Amino acid sequence: MSGILIENLNVWFGEGHERVDAVKRASFEVPEGGSFGLVGESGSGKSTILRALTGMVPSWNGRMEILGKELGAKRDRSFYRKVQMVFQDPYASLHPRHSVDRVLSETLQLHGFGDIDRRVSKLLEDVGLGPEFRFRYPHQVSGGQRQRVAIARALASEPSILLLDEPTSALDVSVQAEILNLLTDLRRERNLTYLMVTHDLAVVSHVCTEIAVMQLGEIVELLNVDDMRNLRASHPYTSHLLRSSLGRRSESTEAESVSTEAG
Amino acid sequence: MSNLLDVENLWVRFPTRSGIFEAVRGISFSLARERLGIVGESGSGKSVTGRAILRLIRPPGMVAADRIDLEGKDILRIPELKMRDVRGQGISMIMQDPKFSLNPVMRVGDQISEAYLLHADTSKAQARTKTIEMLVAVSIRDPERVYNMYPHEVSGGMGQRIMIAMMMIPGPKILIADEPTSALDVSVRMQVLEIMDRLVRERGMGLIFISHDLNLVSTFCDRVLIMYGGKIVETCKADRLHEARHPYTKGLLNSLPRLDAPRDRLDVLTRDPAWRDQPSVSGML
Amino acid sequence: MSVSDPPNQGLRAWLLTDAPSSRRHARLAAWYQGWLSFRANPMTMIGFAILLFLVFIAAFAPWLAPHDPFAQDLAARLQPPGSENYILGSDGLGRDILSRLMYGSRITLYIVTLVVIIAPVAGLLVGTVAGYAGGWADVVLMRITDIFLAFPRLVLALAFVAALGAGIENAVLAISLTAWPPYARIARAETLTFRNSDFIHAVRLQGAGALRIITRHIWPLCVSSLVVRVTLDMAGIILAAAGLGFLGLGAQPPTPEWGAMISEGRRFILDHWWVATMPGLAIFTVSLAFNLLGDGLRDVLDPKEGSN
Repeated sequence: MSGILIENLNVWFGEGHERVDAVKRASFEVPEGGSFGLVGESGSGKSTILRALTGMVPSWNGRMEILGKELGAKRDRSFYRKVQMVFQDPYASLHPRHSVDRVLSETLQLHGFGDIDRRVSKLLEDVGLGPEFRFRYPHQVSGGQRQRVAIARALASEPSILLLDEPTSALDVSVQAEILNLLTDLRRERNLTYLMVTHDLAVVSHVCTEIAVMQLGEIVELLNVDDMRNLRASHPYTSHLLRSSLGRRSESTEAESVSTEAG
Repeated sequence: MSNLLDVENLWVRFPTRSGIFEAVRGISFSLARERLGIVGESGSGKSVTGRAILRLIRPPGMVAADRIDLEGKDILRIPELKMRDVRGQGISMIMQDPKFSLNPVMRVGDQISEAYLLHADTSKAQARTKTIEMLVAVSIRDPERVYNMYPHEVSGGMGQRIMIAMMMIPGPKILIADEPTSALDVSVRMQVLEIMDRLVRERGMGLIFISHDLNLVSTFCDRVLIMYGGKIVETCKADRLHEARHPYTKGLLNSLPRLDAPRDRLDVLTRDPAWRDQPSVSGML
Repeated sequence: MSVSDPPNQGLRAWLLTDAPSSRRHARLAAWYQGWLSFRANPMTMIGFAILLFLVFIAAFAPWLAPHDPFAQDLAARLQPPGSENYILGSDGLGRDILSRLMYGSRITLYIVTLVVIIAPVAGLLVGTVAGYAGGWADVVLMRITDIFLAFPRLVLALAFVAALGAGIENAVLAISLTAWPPYARIARAETLTFRNSDFIHAVRLQGAGALRIITRHIWPLCVSSLVVRVTLDMAGIILAAAGLGFLGLGAQPPTPEWGAMISEGRRFILDHWWVATMPGLAIFTVSLAFNLLGDGLRDVLDPKEGSN
């Protein structure tokens, strides 16, 4: 059974003249327990796919399946128990006036768990935070620790699928390593399915085995991590991205700027 | 060879509720006609250093130094009014996000010519010609059209190139670039950096490139200062970065995931509290 | 706070901790840190002290007042301030102005408290629901708000009092009815900025309903800016109450309401200035105190400040 199946997904914003097609005919499949990366630059539509999956964008057509179940217009609570999301900016994804304890216990309560006290401690332990963090407010913890809290919140409902929206791009590199390790461990321990959105090819190659490259709302290339590491890309945009992310100076800046500047 | 900038024993302090916070703790470095990278993580004091040199730290923040010499003249002790000439003609700064550095209701061309007119005694028509030349210099192909655009009409990469044009037009001797590309997409990053790099070299300027990205800095700089906890923990030639000896620098390098070198787990940097107490390494030439 | 006081130091450290050990500890620490930044602003402390003083006077008026506020003494009418027995002078019926001001502070506090309970809560309710729901609910609720905003405040209050009859309760009601629309606008604007933020998305992804999101996640964030706005508006509320009193539509004679006192003193304003001036000064002082307090509260309650 596939974890996530997306077929001919179109997502747009606005109507009539103002209609903007954010995602065009996207199709991919993530096997259960797999990890899939969506790569692209800002405005390529990669985050929009996550938003469509979680029901935050109303206007879409095509087919989306989660664990073999087709998604309709509304998401019910059983969906949110299976699918959770970690947001990009840990400074924006935690309520500024709620303590860590309140964030986690409210989440557990919403999913109808009992034994909340024990579960909160367990969640904090799972993401590598000591009990001293439990009653802190977001402004009292660092960015990496906030992201751990956000991951703990996502894990609270014991989901099988995690959507990761650039989970480390707001963090320092040394903290990024910690969070990426944590995500790797969690996936192994819990057999989670990851769908990760990022612009950083090194990060995606570390976490994911399959990658889709998006440009201007379309998936231009699907490749696996070995192809990527060996720079075996067939689409010019993909090879351009790969070269830029290796930090190599491009041979002909001018020629390439044409294709990127057009958007 | 005379240095463009000498900074000796620079301290920046901010009073907080729980005492004085020392953002920069007694660092010394100098800048010749070279490209100097300052690398560190958030809170290391790298950005504060850049702002302190331009005297942009506002009270209650406090800046103290034995000297900050721009071509032998101490800019720490000149009046604020004269400081305005230093900013622009002496030292310019490019910030992280062009969206916040450009005035949204003014045409970009007018903003650039205004920067020129402030420091040069010429006519408007001449400033316009000069601006167009500058736009060409930052590889903007259609300068006449871009001149008349508003900031919201240009892309991030183009915006940052416009910022570079604006900062370069008064002819500064030193350019401070504070994370100039972290708000940009990967594919335009290189291009913007290359333009900046080319201009700095052509004009024989000094560049201080502040970034958290070790690889980027090592590609685009001659010399690197690595900051941690408000101090310089190590300084090295950029092409020798991989031979760095300080555990913090090594830790930073190893914690990066790499496309060409897969690993099951990334190395996690363990911070030694002793690093904070070690004396700052001098970055003087 | 001196170094010579170790137990106090221990408590202070306990309150300033970065790692609270229980829910109660965390809340107390947050309160204490708020109090510290509140205390750091001397102007705010002045405003706060004036208001504490006002509450004290209102609470102990019967013991503090030198005279009965209603006792008339026509032989000692219109005594100037500083004369024997009448520190702030006496009014046209020979009543002691100081005593009347002291008793009047109770009425002022009563009006202020009631308005503060009614108007911001109504505004918060309307504004957050409109902002969060959007669409038709937003249009309808905000147009109603606009209608209320379009009337001059005092005229609308006058109309209400005229319909309901004069008296303090009706004056309070009238003021509240004219005071809520700005709060609704603020609450809506705040809600719009939060409603698409990641932390609201995150709780929505936990399956939380609209009611829960509004009351438990959006309200706490709107309250701070409303509290600040209310304290800044307090001066206006006191003046509106005084205005109604002055027009004879608020508190009825012989109630020592400050606005009504000014109104009574109007007849003597040229020859016996103190009769109208003393209550005017009282209104001025209390309004100023609320404004100073509001400035300080803004520093404490602004969520962005919390990170510093």
